[in-house]
Amino acid sequence: MKKILSLILLLLSFNIFASTGAELHEADVDVSDSDSLLRGAKNYVDYCLGCHSAKYIRYKRIAMDLGVEENKILDNIAPFEAGIYDPMLTAMNGHDAAKWFGTQPPDLSLIARSRGADWIYSYLKSFYKDDSRAIGTNNLIFEDVGMPNVLWKLQGIQKPIYKTINGREVISNLVMETQGTLSSKEFDRFANDLTNFLVYVGEPTQLERQSIGKYVLFFLLMFIVIGYLLKREYWKDIH
Amino acid sequence: MKKQITACGDWILDRLAMDKVWNQHMAQYYAPKNFNFWYFFGSLALLVLVNQIVTGIFLTMNYKPDAKLAFDSVEYIMRDVPWGWLIRYMHSTGASAFFIVVYLHMFRGIMYGSFKQPRELIWIFGMLIFFALMAEAFTGYLLPWGQMSYWGAQVIISLFSAIPIIGDDLSLWIRGDFVIADATLNRFFAFHVIAVPLVILLLVFLHIVALHEVGSNNPDGIEIKANKDKQGIPLDGIPFHPYYSVKDIVGVGVFLFFFAAIIFYAPDMGGYFLEHDNFVPADPLKTPEHIAPVWYFTPYYAILRAVPDKFAGVIAMGASVFVLCLLPWLDRSPVKSIRYRGGIYKKALFLFVVSFLSLGYLGTQPATDTAILMTRIFTVIYFAFFLLMPIYTRWEKVKPVPTRLTEQPSLEERIPAIVDTFNEVTVKKSITTAEGDTVIKLRPNPSGIVTVLIRFLKKLKASLD
Repeated sequence: MKKILSLILLLLSFNIFASTGAELHEADVDVSDSDSLLRGAKNYVDYCLGCHSAKYIRYKRIAMDLGVEENKILDNIAPFEAGIYDPMLTAMNGHDAAKWFGTQPPDLSLIARSRGADWIYSYLKSFYKDDSRAIGTNNLIFEDVGMPNVLWKLQGIQKPIYKTINGREVISNLVMETQGTLSSKEFDRFANDLTNFLVYVGEPTQLERQSIGKYVLFFLLMFIVIGYLLKREYWKDIH
Repeated sequence: MKKQITACGDWILDRLAMDKVWNQHMAQYYAPKNFNFWYFFGSLALLVLVNQIVTGIFLTMNYKPDAKLAFDSVEYIMRDVPWGWLIRYMHSTGASAFFIVVYLHMFRGIMYGSFKQPRELIWIFGMLIFFALMAEAFTGYLLPWGQMSYWGAQVIISLFSAIPIIGDDLSLWIRGDFVIADATLNRFFAFHVIAVPLVILLLVFLHIVALHEVGSNNPDGIEIKANKDKQGIPLDGIPFHPYYSVKDIVGVGVFLFFFAAIIFYAPDMGGYFLEHDNFVPADPLKTPEHIAPVWYFTPYYAILRAVPDKFAGVIAMGASVFVLCLLPWLDRSPVKSIRYRGGIYKKALFLFVVSFLSLGYLGTQPATDTAILMTRIFTVIYFAFFLLMPIYTRWEKVKPVPTRLTEQPSLEERIPAIVDTFNEVTVKKSITTAEGDTVIKLRPNPSGIVTVLIRFLKKLKASLD
């Protein structure tokens, strides 16, 4: 029921995320997979939280939603000395960040709602070596982004392959120059967990929303049936 | 005890005649008995209005109309307020539902000539409600203080600056600042939660009182008051309560089913009901690449872009809404309902619907050369529908109108035909699955689909003659 409904609604609503030109990889998002979300949360704290806050979510909320003991979240995921009621704040000073990167790294609480899961997943996978830039990297999905490739140790270093279209050189695809500590399959899972976590953070109530939905729709179906029978009873004398 | 309660009730009724009001507007208000699907949307509009007011009250309890706090307070509602997410989604989905319901309600009026004499004033009040509703939606959209809230409001208010001489001062006066800022947010909040809703409630009251004075139109466009029995009750009329109150409950159920499906399974509707860019906090220094209003404003936005000159564009956009008010006087046809009009009006209305939907789509798209060209063509068709109406409605031949309401097959009676059509477009095939089982599955039947399509097109052509 739930699946059919979401499929119908998906078909009705062709997506209108801002297109970037480059084709996006499809992320495998499943916010009911709490193992993936926990791995994603850990990845987020280890690799993203240094610069990017996610200020609309608290560690307590993550523990509650994923059904994990609060101590485990504090010991395994939250940064040292963070409290359970703390929101996911970054330790980086915004003014410093603006000086270093040219812009303040955005809060990522709602990035999945503004950009979409596929965009995040593709963005994480699309860094490549570009010596013309001060930070040494560029991104196929977000051209001239101020963020360096913080995952280079895991993913390795990609280099672009060019092709000529109408006399202009464009990047056709990226190939691995030096492999990182993770295999490409492992890295895909890493990026997917992170994406999944950001989708969850974008709307923590989405699981609750969908699980209540089916009861509401069932009630309304019953309401329609009884209402229709009532109408027919009242109207049987009207010709 | 019973006697005392009755006495108590009589005491009140002697001083406040609610029984008379009830009879006049419900139990002894006689409505034509042949209302069809299109007549649900009036009561549904009222339902959505109540939904917006009730959810809106709960939202204001936690929302902060402050440029520094607004965005955070919306996320606070979405995350930390118990059931806040449901209230907010009911309100945001309700905004889009309001326009869907109102557009269908207006289309019904155009189709069956409900705006024609003697119901001109009902139509005018309805149009005023529509203007107020647009103001309500526009002011409300600024409140989440996202990028689209901010830049959408910036674009729309800057339109006022296109007015010669007073333009710049006028837009400054509306904003209360040189750009959209805290002052704008505060005054839009005031308009959204109290000023405009009061106007809407008053207009809805007038709309209904005016309707109940002259009586409802119907799909045949015949005045049922022309045929009355000895007691002065229309022969083709039935009391609104219980007949239509019971029927509208079914409509309410079906509407709420779709409404709930969106709220619980696709609250942002792929970026149409809640735009993706609006999940980024407003930033006066960063203009989004592509600014588009919410879907319900896109037809008029497309008309604005179709005109090369800014001021002329503003005039055209205003005219595209205002021209609807003139409908009772533009239409010179002697008949009301589309059932008895000639082929020209039907084709004109068909083209109008196509152009309105196309303009709506084009308004969401970036302004490329082809898009602008298409927009211009559809804008011409849009205005031609209204401006040529005095000519073609007088000119065309109409069919004779019966004196009493006609009978149409009801939904139940149509079910066998629907089942037949379904059997025609599908075919049962036995398929061997990977596990080796043979299952019979329904598959689309290409030749059946073609014959049904041809039949449908022939019917469409016939119905347009």
